Amino acid sequence: MGVARDATEAQIKQAYRRLARKYHPDVSKEKDAEARFKDVGEAYEVLRSPEKRAAYDQLGSGPRPGEEFRPPPDWGRGFEFSGAGPGAGPGAGADQADYSDFFEALFGEAARGSAQHGRRGFDTGRGGDHHAKVLLDLDATLEGGSRTFTLRVPEIDAEGRVTTKERALNVQVPKGILPGQTIRLAGQGARPPGEGRAPGDLYIEVEFQPHPLYRIDGRDLYLDLPVAPWEAALGATVKSPTPTGPVDLKIPAGAHAGSKLRLKGRGIPSSPPGDFYVLLEIALPPADDNKAKAAYRAMADALPFNPRASLGV
Amino acid sequence: MPLSDAEFLSGEIFEECAVLTLSDLSRMFAVDEGHIVELVEEGVLTVIEIDTSEWRFSGAALRRARIALRLERDLGINVPGVALALELLEELEQLRRERKG
Repeated sequence: MGVARDATEAQIKQAYRRLARKYHPDVSKEKDAEARFKDVGEAYEVLRSPEKRAAYDQLGSGPRPGEEFRPPPDWGRGFEFSGAGPGAGPGAGADQADYSDFFEALFGEAARGSAQHGRRGFDTGRGGDHHAKVLLDLDATLEGGSRTFTLRVPEIDAEGRVTTKERALNVQVPKGILPGQTIRLAGQGARPPGEGRAPGDLYIEVEFQPHPLYRIDGRDLYLDLPVAPWEAALGATVKSPTPTGPVDLKIPAGAHAGSKLRLKGRGIPSSPPGDFYVLLEIALPPADDNKAKAAYRAMADALPFNPRASLGV
Repeated sequence: MPLSDAEFLSGEIFEECAVLTLSDLSRMFAVDEGHIVELVEEGVLTVIEIDTSEWRFSGAALRRARIALRLERDLGINVPGVALALELLEELEQLRRERKG
């Protein structure tokens, strides 16, 4: 957390709050925010408890730069919220190469919520609802289909320690689901003790992995498509990738950088479906040989063009 | 652990089919109803039906409630602060979209 070894409690809290705001998954756009937030939470758990801090200090000179200190699993409650970070979840492993989803468990949110708000024991006659979060690939919403989520569920063992158990769920992802939406799996939440009491539900919050080509905005998808200057100026038919395969796209003559072309209904499915937008970028051919240089010179001679005319110079 | 086809769970998009009551939200997040009422009073959540015997919320309230409760818990923000944070986050999201659009 970047605090000195002799930092006061107030300094530690201040550092924690600052980093928590920076990396909170609901706020941050930082890469790996989720994992960083979890690490910060774990570090704070250690540092704010005198016993844990003492144990940590006794580890000798402490971790050297680049070396991470990992508290034993039963120290941190932090994972309950943020779970395993990207890459740490079993779903991200090579053995599940077909599934780009990775898992994150948020089980236990309910328990903490009630502690914070000072009310316990929601005896509704059924088991508590559980919450989890998964990262999906874009194909999941475009095509629908099944994905395997591996969730880690905290359990309390006979000695009262919190352990985690992995639980694999095969889920039919509803076509057209959007980032931030929730899949509800009825009856997959907590099982209450005793006969005849219904289990709670499991709510899976969905986020998407950034796609290398497409951006999502609501139900619409955006692609930046590079075109050559002559394709933009003269018009052309060019190939463009789309989620359903390459298409021939007609570029109108006189197109410019930032021109927006729409392929209706090729966005995220729904009724009506979203659209697919292509934003043109003008890519300049390099002038790295004599032929190219001659072509640029010929253009300079032929065209009385001042790109800075609108700037008054 | 291999699972057979029979074990596939069919999920539904919760936001599109659900109308939530005050007690639903309270149960789902295990917070008391008074706290959900506080979120409504600060404008974090919007009630879509007031005339019925119990307040009703659209499915989209789930996401706002979830983020609001997480911000409260993790960052120690009070409810008016959460309301402000949510508004600013939405504005930021909008600006990001316009910049990329």
